[in-house]
Amino acid sequence: MTTTENPDASETVVTPGGTTIVRSEEFIQLLTPEGERVEGESFSYAHDDATIAAALRHMILGRRFDTEATALQRKGQLGLWPPSLGQEAAQVGSGAAVRDLDEVFPSYREHSLALMRGVDPLDMLKTFRGTSMVDWDSRATRFHLYSFVIGTQALHATGYAMGLQRDGLVGNDDPDANGAVLVYFGDGATSQGDVNEALVFAASYQAPVVFFVQNNQWAISEPIELQSRIPLYRRAVGFGIPSLRVDGNDVLAVQAVTEWALDRARRGEGPTFIEAFTYRMGAHTTSDDPTKYRRREEEAVWRTKDPIERVRTHLLATGAIDQAWLDQVDAEADALGVRIREGVGQLPEPRLEDFWALTYAKLPPALAEQRDAYLAYEASFEEA
Amino acid sequence: MTQTMTMAKALNAGLRRALEADPKVLLAGEDIGKLGGVFRITEHLQRDFGEDRVVDSPLAESGIVGTSLGLALRGYRPVVEIQFDGFVWPAFDQIVSQVSRMRFRSLGRLSVPMVIRIPYGGAIGAIEHHSESPEAYFAHTPGLVVVSPSTPLDAYWMIQQAIASDDPVIFLEPKRRYHEKGEVDLSEPPLAMDAARVVLQGTDATILTYGPMVKTCVEAALAASGEGRSIEVVDLRSLSPLDDATIRASVEKTGRAIVVHEAVRTGGLGAEVAARLQEWCFYSLEAPVLRVTAYDMPYPPSRVEKNYLPDLDRILDAVDRSMAH
Repeated sequence: MTTTENPDASETVVTPGGTTIVRSEEFIQLLTPEGERVEGESFSYAHDDATIAAALRHMILGRRFDTEATALQRKGQLGLWPPSLGQEAAQVGSGAAVRDLDEVFPSYREHSLALMRGVDPLDMLKTFRGTSMVDWDSRATRFHLYSFVIGTQALHATGYAMGLQRDGLVGNDDPDANGAVLVYFGDGATSQGDVNEALVFAASYQAPVVFFVQNNQWAISEPIELQSRIPLYRRAVGFGIPSLRVDGNDVLAVQAVTEWALDRARRGEGPTFIEAFTYRMGAHTTSDDPTKYRRREEEAVWRTKDPIERVRTHLLATGAIDQAWLDQVDAEADALGVRIREGVGQLPEPRLEDFWALTYAKLPPALAEQRDAYLAYEASFEEA
Repeated sequence: MTQTMTMAKALNAGLRRALEADPKVLLAGEDIGKLGGVFRITEHLQRDFGEDRVVDSPLAESGIVGTSLGLALRGYRPVVEIQFDGFVWPAFDQIVSQVSRMRFRSLGRLSVPMVIRIPYGGAIGAIEHHSESPEAYFAHTPGLVVVSPSTPLDAYWMIQQAIASDDPVIFLEPKRRYHEKGEVDLSEPPLAMDAARVVLQGTDATILTYGPMVKTCVEAALAASGEGRSIEVVDLRSLSPLDDATIRASVEKTGRAIVVHEAVRTGGLGAEVAARLQEWCFYSLEAPVLRVTAYDMPYPPSRVEKNYLPDLDRILDAVDRSMAH
């Protein structure tokens, strides 16, 4: 909970263990790149090895989905793909903290999380193949539509959280009766007015929303230094929002921090801002060429901090998994790859006819006339 | 059950009735709570419906619209007040890239039943950015419904119809008419929200207009009748979608059309109406379709706004030019 006595109150929060943390804790890490568990000052990982193994599986499957999609774009099967390579722990760790009444508002790169939420990868590829708009059921999955105008979703998430407050789903004694909203955006988005306005609204109304920024260091070609001269998480403190930076490549730390933040939100203690410090190993999208603006040495350094490798090392060392387990997950990933590769070419081609009725609840007469004229025009070729 | 009231009171009464009818309706905007809005349209509504339903917002228009979109996704029916026409632009991206196309981009799974109320138009002696007519920007955006009442009666019913709409509605309130009184029949809506209304019957020419200019055009038509001319006046009411059938029937009957609006000319509603008319009834037209509008410059200082905005004389001049053919 926040104290309110002093102007820096937002910097002081109490963790589940009763530890007071301040924003000056620069980097929360519970599993090192070498696969060693470490105890944090304020956070510890509350789950067993089976939960870690489940996260590892999600990360492996998420990476395979992303790798396949990137390859499909290179083969001309997709118009565009924004790779999530390297950001699996940030997505899976935070996604693992989501409970039944929570809602997720993604940006457009949360592919690992989408799979966890039950979005069919082939449905997701429709958007990038150009055969559909955004074809998944955001109510059923509680994974909202990808948002391609940077930062817009931060406001939608905050408004949705204001709705949860009005629906009595926040601050109930029964923790299972509470929900919260988890919204994702990137480091570039933190420069957007919408993200900053979302922080204002969330703080003013103490909305149950967790702002999760995946700081992957690059907004297309622009380095983080161009967006912010201070660490991103310190910005939120200025809005009166408790804020943390976590090793975004450490799935344990990300899950622990996000669970804590979502819990605060559900209890009615207001918003939290999490900066997951990670790295975009691939291009911004498949239209981009990172060799034009960043050094391979930088990528090599981050390769040693791989989010999957450290978990694999750790779980093999503890004996929680063995090679047979890994082979089984790889086989599952192979099957996913086959399904994606075979399925993408089978996605139905859209017709313009499918879209006329989607603009308004009821087709206005003038639009119906345009549709009829279009159909007659198209039909004129068939007759000829 | 008919009462005499101003448009401001009619809007207030319409909002009150919508708040009573549906617990999912909520209002959001700057200063709309205790103050009741700078025009007092929401007066006493926070007192009577509480701070959760009549929400004072931080001064951030994109934030107001964007969070309201989130509330709409949660099942609410937000009614947003933009304080003045010239302050809607910070919200333009949320309106155009998000609100307008959520139904489309979700393949019809989602809808945004939101109303964005904007006091608009000039002739109130205001400073810069307080007299704009932004309707064409919104009418150009598929997915938005754009309407403007011209009387207390329409204000009372159209605000309720807009709130009941499952599409996002840009609700343009002619602020220079806020304090003019009219009869309001509270028993049932006189007309669908997307219907135009023939407010004055005539046979020689049709004036097509909406919002703040309806009253001015009716005055012009009455003045013309003193000169023996029979002018029909059509209040478009819905700017998107347009009520094509009513517009077309009137102009096919009279053979002459003059479109009048406060907004600047180029790319305005008048251009769209004129284009449709020449497609539909080219051979019924006795004269070119004329436009009486503001001039293509930013809104000038208020001391010259009377020369900038269409008025009775400029409308009569256009009638003369049309009849000269």
